[in-house]
Amino acid sequence: MDEFAVEMRDVVKIFPTPEGGEVAAVNHVTLQIKHGEFFSMLGPSGCGKTTSLRMMAGFEWPTEGEIFIDGAAMGRTPPYLRPINTVFQSYALFQHMSVFQNVAFGLEMEHVPKKEIEHRVGAALEMVKLSGMSRRKPKQLSGGQQQRVALARALIKRPAVLLLDEPLGALDLKLRKEMQLELKALQKEVGITFVYVTHDQEEALTMSDRIAVMSQGKVLQIGTPVEIYERPNCRFVADFIGETNFLKGKVKKIERGLLTVELPDFSQEIKGMGHENLAVGQDVSVSIRPEKIRLEDDNNTTAVEEDKDNILRGKVLATAYVGSDTRIIVDIGHDIHMVVWEQNNISTLDPQAYYVADDKVLVHLPFENTLVLPEGVA
Amino acid sequence: MSTDKPELKRKHSLAHILRENSAVQGIALISPTAIYMLIFIVLPMILVAVLSFMSRGTYGNVVYEFNFQNYVRLVDPLYFRILLYSLGVGLATMVFTIMIGYPLAYFIARSPARKRSFYLFLILLPFWTNFIIRIYAWIMILRTQGLLNTVLLDLGLIQDPLEILYTPTAVLIGMVYEFLPFMVLPLYTSLEKIENAQMEAAADLGARPWKVFLRVTLPLSVPGMIAGSILVFIPAMGMFVVPDLMGGAKTVLVGNVIRNQFLTSRDWPFGAAASMLLMILTLAFTLYYTRKAGFGEELLV
Ligand SMILES: Nc1ncnc2c1ncn2[C@@H]1O[C@H](COP(=O)(O)OP(=O)(O)OP(=O)(O)O)[C@@H](O)[C@H]1O
Ligand SMILES: [Mg+2]
Repeated sequence: MDEFAVEMRDVVKIFPTPEGGEVAAVNHVTLQIKHGEFFSMLGPSGCGKTTSLRMMAGFEWPTEGEIFIDGAAMGRTPPYLRPINTVFQSYALFQHMSVFQNVAFGLEMEHVPKKEIEHRVGAALEMVKLSGMSRRKPKQLSGGQQQRVALARALIKRPAVLLLDEPLGALDLKLRKEMQLELKALQKEVGITFVYVTHDQEEALTMSDRIAVMSQGKVLQIGTPVEIYERPNCRFVADFIGETNFLKGKVKKIERGLLTVELPDFSQEIKGMGHENLAVGQDVSVSIRPEKIRLEDDNNTTAVEEDKDNILRGKVLATAYVGSDTRIIVDIGHDIHMVVWEQNNISTLDPQAYYVADDKVLVHLPFENTLVLPEGVA
Repeated sequence: MSTDKPELKRKHSLAHILRENSAVQGIALISPTAIYMLIFIVLPMILVAVLSFMSRGTYGNVVYEFNFQNYVRLVDPLYFRILLYSLGVGLATMVFTIMIGYPLAYFIARSPARKRSFYLFLILLPFWTNFIIRIYAWIMILRTQGLLNTVLLDLGLIQDPLEILYTPTAVLIGMVYEFLPFMVLPLYTSLEKIENAQMEAAADLGARPWKVFLRVTLPLSVPGMIAGSILVFIPAMGMFVVPDLMGGAKTVLVGNVIRNQFLTSRDWPFGAAASMLLMILTLAFTLYYTRKAGFGEELLV
């Protein structure tokens, strides 16, 4: 067994457009997916997620580069010879077959004996909690049930890798949340490598072992949910995953991973964590997440003493109390508004305890959570 | 003058009835369709049905006297043979239009979207020419000194000209040609509706291309095949122009019998009876065919 379940090595896919031009749907993508991993591909619409998946499944062939499944180069191997199965976004259940026949289809293609098919289909339907529905036609099932049939139909083949293209996209929010947890539990149970495509960043964070963030046919960053959220490697990733505030600046000094950035708008410097490949004088974006900012009343001077550089002065514009936290918009001048989430971990009904509009505040950006990111794509 | 009179009047106004009574609402809503059906389908059929129980007068006029004479006359081995023969021709036409039409429809449905309408246009192009002229074109091709024989003789593929025209083969060629579009169009519609993802899913699950076709594409195109078969079979049973022109006097179909009663023998009641019989038989056949394939109402929409 090879080290990786799936490997994309410098893969390019170019489509001709109807206008006569060309579009690189996937542009020099290299990634490795480990055995048993729950791997997500995350990115905005049109970034090449589906195209990548279709190349793994064998519905499309790379224009350049090579895809390896279990160490074997796939080349132009047709889909029916690949140890891979797909759960389609539209489910693509066979409309003219019952649930049982749908799930049995893959085994019939392998000429599995009838007795064994019955047994295994029964077990698969039990696994996805559809035992009583084997005689129904897909049209007689709800969206969530159809989704489970699609899952059972693919999993019954015991593939090395299961590809899922936005499998929960058509479900309502509540069902989606439920299915997220179920899918994750199922993946742990069967131990099959999942390659999961989604454009929902929360879904990716919840379910994945690792995430590849894509944009315009390129992979920008691959990492665990924590790495992607806490240490995005470029402005796009920081912006796409979760919420964040950006400040424009220029690198002034680099000392062992701690960067000093000059904020021309504020004629002030702040310190932050940054990538080693940044250079002095480079234009950068400073990113800081709303929940990591600390606000202080402007008359409190102790904080200013201990971390002078990372304090900005501002005025509260608006606040919104949302229960678990209060969301505060702070105007720090030069038309720049910062969003701050203050966790409501002390419960009091005293209105004095909460910020209100026009309060003068100090915006404290703890340097260990202040990220200095290159302007463009990494 | 009582005070409740205006009230009463309102209760019986048309608007009020329409608002309150759902049965009346239903009838009102389907009435345009119902009227259309009544005028163009039900009334003519009643006319034919009534006519079939009358008899012919000496000068080809209709004698209005109820009797079963015409139906008794139809129970004749001669007509039975013609009927069987027509059935055979109808079925053969159906089978050949499926055999030729399926690959054609499949090809069109699988070609790029912008080319499809052009191909469909080509399928419909012959309809721009008069039907009789198209049949004569076939006669020019098939006759003894026709195009086909000339070419085959010149190429040395045959020594003696083929005698195709005025044989049942010629009739079949003409019928298949004439009815092909009626098979291709519904087949195309149902093939085009099959999502690509369904075939991809089958391949993904281990089906080779041939299996994908047998297990997914073909079953999903059955509704189109049935619709096409009905559209071909029913008019083929009643067709008389093609057998007249291409079959010589040798090939007589039910359609010819009926036509002759109306136009040559001027025995309208007997022609009406034959029409009724043909209609009942085709109806029985189509109902059986659609039910057997497991499609009923879906087809009608
Ligand atoms: N068959 C095709 N022919 C031409 N262009 C294509 C084809 N398939 C995809 N593309 C183009 O390639 C790019 C990537 O498409 P892809 O379907 O991979 O995006 P995606 O990330 O899955 O988006 P979404 O989240 O909307 O599903 C898009 O610009 C799309 O227009
Ligand atoms: Mg997609």
